Amino acid sequence: MRHHRVLRVISKLLIPFIMLFALYVQFHGDFGPGGGFQAGVIMASAFILYGLIFGLENARKVAPPGVITMLVAAGVLIYAGTGYAGLLKGGNFLDYNVLAATPVGGQHLGILIIEFGVGTTVAAAMITIFFLFAGRER
Amino acid sequence: MAANLIPHLPALQVIIPLVAAPLCLLAGRTGFAWVIAFIASVAATITAAALAYLTYHDGTISYHMGGWAPPWGIEYVVDTANAFILLLVSSIATMVLIYSPASVAKEIRPGRGHLYYCMYILCLTGLLGIAITGDAFNVFVFLEVSSLSSYALIAMGGQRKALTAAFQYLVMGTIGATFFLIGVGLLYMMTGTLNMADLAKRIPEIQDSRPVLAAFAFITVGLALKAALFPLHLWLPNAYAYAPSGVSAFMAATATKVSLYVLLRFTFTIFGAEFAFGNLPLSWVLLVPAVIAMFAGSFSAMFQRDIKRMLAYSSVAQIGYITLAISLGTNAGVMAALVHIFNHGLMKAALFCAMGCIFYRIGSTRIDQMAGLGRQMPWTFAAIVAGGLSLLGVPLTAGFISKWYLVQAAMQSGLWILVVLIAVSSMLALVYVWRLVEALYFKEPNPGRETVAEAPMSMLVPTLLLAGANIYFGIDTRVPVAMAENAANLLMQGLGQ
Repeated sequence: MRHHRVLRVISKLLIPFIMLFALYVQFHGDFGPGGGFQAGVIMASAFILYGLIFGLENARKVAPPGVITMLVAAGVLIYAGTGYAGLLKGGNFLDYNVLAATPVGGQHLGILIIEFGVGTTVAAAMITIFFLFAGRER
Repeated sequence: MAANLIPHLPALQVIIPLVAAPLCLLAGRTGFAWVIAFIASVAATITAAALAYLTYHDGTISYHMGGWAPPWGIEYVVDTANAFILLLVSSIATMVLIYSPASVAKEIRPGRGHLYYCMYILCLTGLLGIAITGDAFNVFVFLEVSSLSSYALIAMGGQRKALTAAFQYLVMGTIGATFFLIGVGLLYMMTGTLNMADLAKRIPEIQDSRPVLAAFAFITVGLALKAALFPLHLWLPNAYAYAPSGVSAFMAATATKVSLYVLLRFTFTIFGAEFAFGNLPLSWVLLVPAVIAMFAGSFSAMFQRDIKRMLAYSSVAQIGYITLAISLGTNAGVMAALVHIFNHGLMKAALFCAMGCIFYRIGSTRIDQMAGLGRQMPWTFAAIVAGGLSLLGVPLTAGFISKWYLVQAAMQSGLWILVVLIAVSSMLALVYVWRLVEALYFKEPNPGRETVAEAPMSMLVPTLLLAGANIYFGIDTRVPVAMAENAANLLMQGLGQ
């Protein structure tokens, strides 16, 4: 892709906006359409675009596969950890009401953290899948 | 602290192994990952035992996930029927985990051990989740959790054929899960609910409508595929034959059993015995494939050169017995099915573990490589004999108890021909078990093969414990029979009333 100057320039321009949009979908998810899964896929698409245009080697430098694997697990732990927090604060597993001073605040906080966990795992899993398929020939 | 935990036991049953899976991945080293998986598995077994005790004495327990009341939220419901399954799945998982380190070191590529335990404990999470949940869609979610992890586990088998076996299972398993999901979707469309108890209340009003009939058909076929009922068993022999030893033992003992439990739950609790067996011919739909499975499975088993494949075909036959018991549609039939689910889990876990011991020493499970091995590995041989006798249904083994209740259930329904068929097909099992014993004990060792030692203690002890359980539960039948009886009564009553 070294000779495709247009693609390189446009991607460079687009990638920050893709990431910003991912963050918007992630954190605005409880007021509008969106949520962790969609945000995770959008975030991963920024990395995948980078990998397609600038090569797998560079993509691996930006997102080291070891770190990405850790993030897959971390997302699940964020999700489950929120559930356990509800349990420790006297509610049932995944009961957000007890997380903050008021039930409404708790619901807001709970779903925000949970969706962040989902987003982390989905983005990391998508990037891992891309790396595995792209690196298959070697 | 302990008293505070008791109301949360149904959630802990699933979320302890669930958290262990990412921790195994983060651990990065095989040893650490094993410790995490083992702790989680032991905790799950203790939880299951506590739940079994509580449900047996105090009745059904309901847990509201996230504090949302059913039918809107996801409800976990534990009664004796699923507590029994939970106990079987988690205790087999623990036994096989004790057994695993040596076989993983031998069979799994270095650097992948922690991924093995991650997938293993995730598979356990899925199976426990399927059994415990009271929500029809949640069953599908956990079905996928357990299936996806088991595809990965099978693909970790040493031979290249493990990859095709895993792919074959992936295709078939996905079709099965999709069928199940279509059925659940149709039910949701008709009733607007996914909660099992709520479904049971709403279905009788609309039970003659086409979508409900279609839903029942889709769910039954989908689950029959996951349970490997003849003729939908084609994925099973390769999957069990090429998977790593520990995975074969764990999956053969638990995975298909959990699908059969879901079939029981949907047929009896949600749709109701009268609908399934009175209005619809479920009896014949299950009976005919079950009888064919009993014979075709055993016949195929006789001609296998690879013993893991032979045991896999034997599983097809044994699933035939369980389905036969379900197809009677009576209290006695359901009880016989549950008893055999438990006992067959013990047999196959012991036999596949013993095969793993042999594979550990000679690197093969082909019968021509095994000649004379019984005298060099006497304890492994003893475990095979105990498991084999149990498979035949010889008195004083767990298998006899299963056959006893199965024959009784058939007689109660007045189906004498089934009694004959059960007896004849048990004789077929004698042929393939004897073939194995003969090769192991009476044949002279191949001149080319070196004399081998007994398998390491860490593999031998769990194998012998599982084999011993086959004898123990053949003599002291109180626990499984009492639980199965209680569970059968509960299932026959249905939830709606």
